[in-house]
Amino acid sequence: MKKFETHTGVVAPLDRKNVDTDLIIPKQFLKSIKRSGFGKNLFDEIRYLDEGQPDQDCSGRPLNPDFVLNKPEFTGSSILLARTNFGCGSSREHAPWALDDYGFRAVIAPSYADIFFNNCFKNGLLPIILTEAEVDELFNAVAGEPGMSLTVDLVNQKVVSPSGQEYGFEVDAFRKHCLLNGLDDIGLTLEHADDIRAYEAKRRESAPWLFDAIK
Amino acid sequence: MAGKTLYDKLWDAHLVRQNEDGSSLIYIDRQILHEVTSPQAFEGLRLAGRKPWRIDANLATPDHNVPTTERAGGVDQIVDPVSRIQVKTLDENCDEYGIVEFKMLDERQGIVHVVGPEQGMTLPGSTVVCGDSHTSTHGAFGALAHGIGTSEVEHVLATQCLIAKKMKNMLVRVDGELGIGVTAKDVVLHIIGVIGTAGGTGCALEFGGTAIQSLSIEGRMTICNMAIEAGARVGLVAVDDKTIEYFEGRPFSPTGEAWNAAVENWKDLVSDADAQFDTVVEIRAEDIKPQVTWGTSPEMVVAVDGQVPNPANAADSDEANAITRALQYMGLSADQAITDIKLDRVFIGSCTNSRIEDLRAAAEVVKGRKVASTIKQALVVPGSGLVKAQAEAEGLDKIFVEAGLEWREPGCSMCLAMNPDKLGNGEHCASTSNRNFEGRQGFGGRTHLVSPAMAAAAAVTGHFVDVRTLETN
Ligand code: SF4
Repeated sequence: MKKFETHTGVVAPLDRKNVDTDLIIPKQFLKSIKRSGFGKNLFDEIRYLDEGQPDQDCSGRPLNPDFVLNKPEFTGSSILLARTNFGCGSSREHAPWALDDYGFRAVIAPSYADIFFNNCFKNGLLPIILTEAEVDELFNAVAGEPGMSLTVDLVNQKVVSPSGQEYGFEVDAFRKHCLLNGLDDIGLTLEHADDIRAYEAKRRESAPWLFDAIK
Repeated sequence: MAGKTLYDKLWDAHLVRQNEDGSSLIYIDRQILHEVTSPQAFEGLRLAGRKPWRIDANLATPDHNVPTTERAGGVDQIVDPVSRIQVKTLDENCDEYGIVEFKMLDERQGIVHVVGPEQGMTLPGSTVVCGDSHTSTHGAFGALAHGIGTSEVEHVLATQCLIAKKMKNMLVRVDGELGIGVTAKDVVLHIIGVIGTAGGTGCALEFGGTAIQSLSIEGRMTICNMAIEAGARVGLVAVDDKTIEYFEGRPFSPTGEAWNAAVENWKDLVSDADAQFDTVVEIRAEDIKPQVTWGTSPEMVVAVDGQVPNPANAADSDEANAITRALQYMGLSADQAITDIKLDRVFIGSCTNSRIEDLRAAAEVVKGRKVASTIKQALVVPGSGLVKAQAEAEGLDKIFVEAGLEWREPGCSMCLAMNPDKLGNGEHCASTSNRNFEGRQGFGGRTHLVSPAMAAAAAVTGHFVDVRTLETN
């Protein structure tokens, strides 16, 4: 998993409540055998004017000019600013996979759906909770200065605006540790690689047949 | 101190470490991979630049998507593009990482839960995982086995371990003698009818008692296969002489000195006499008759001589509503006799009942008879290429074909209808599989779970019939 310490990037404002996982990545794209490559279909329904098909080349599709990510000021944005209950709907990990693949590193919203919130951490994406008033303030700031950047400082748990305004946020200590060090579940388990090897060495003596190769 | 249950022993033998957050790391001896739940796990490994921890602890075979009709053309012959891509991807991933795979045209290909034990790849006392909930099957010979999700498949590939929490211990004792014509499938359906589909939630469910001991290893696999339908991710049966005999001489079974050592070790794979279980359920074998599910959950089950329930007799309004909803979906009426249910298709197969003993039992019933003219299709789908070869060597295929059943290539087939074998909207099917959920066997399809002998009897009569009343040929 990618490490997350501090990140500075363009903020894209998505002014909608209850953005669900189907809106983030519609179900016709979930049959894929991959967990990468979903970025081109992120927000497909509101991003393009036609109906998207799996495996389609999206470069020639008609774009919805009103959708935030299609506006030139927001191309290359990596921080998503959203409203309450972001990521509601299904438990699929495809939603964070799609956000990550598009290039987002953090989401800022007043609240999230539980499973989505958990899945973000598993995939190196930082979901930040700010108060509704603070989120409002950021929406206003972006409206006044489209294309502005924010800095997300996970070490000190704050979001910093170009004018120097700071917004503190909470994050679970264990999850922070994982993100700072780029540890997913697998990374964490591999921290105990010595224990695993020690177990194997001992077990190999008491039950060697379990180490016969399947070949 | 109280003794240990079989589950306690398996857990202790595989405990690598206790994590600070209360979870544990347990060691996984064997992983079986199939085409549906593995692609994103391999992709994840690749994206993170990781390597499998122990390549030779894995075995792969495509099963969920493969066509069961003539398939000499291999992968390229799969019509559905998504299915084809999934099978191809499994082939490519296994080739890239050097994982042994029984590909579509390999005689050893088949359903993961049939192939693993058949090869001696899953052994008593081992931990077995697979991205499929019916991995509980492998508990039949004293292995700690359960299904996992795709991120866990990746976790096991990368670390050979799983993050787990210890479950509770539950024992279902079935004592006494099973009547003639009453099979393992009837036993497990009856158990689910008694304890419910959530009865084993959070538990490792051991099946014991003299009736379980009297079953063959294949019968015990049928029982453990459906532990998950009783809510238990893990099913278990203690090791005995039959278990040891079953594994002797299998391709991946230990040999020579290692075999002797393994046998010594396996003999301890029983719950101690003074072991404490959190829950114990006792069932009399004599109470069990051939079973038929009438609804949309495996607990909606009655004996073949019974009737579809009436919501008016339900214990409470929740149950009444559930019955009413199920009757509506199933197109049945309250109090209807089970033997009056008309059938459109019959499916004999799936990881529950597609082994050689299942096929023998079905063949014995249809021998010299004909599939009823009202049945549109009766499929027999062996669980693996080796089961198929064995059945053909015994002439079972001819018996089926002569009776008017279709003899197919191995795979999951109509168990979940990911390949072209499906029920039509509203069709009733006597099926030897394990799930009768809405739409499981095709949109609007109506599944009735039964034993292979009962499915065969239904095929030749066109409706459910107590197989014990059919005269033997
Ligand atoms: S036969 Fe059915 S239950 Fe068994 S593995 Fe295949 S799809 Fe799953």
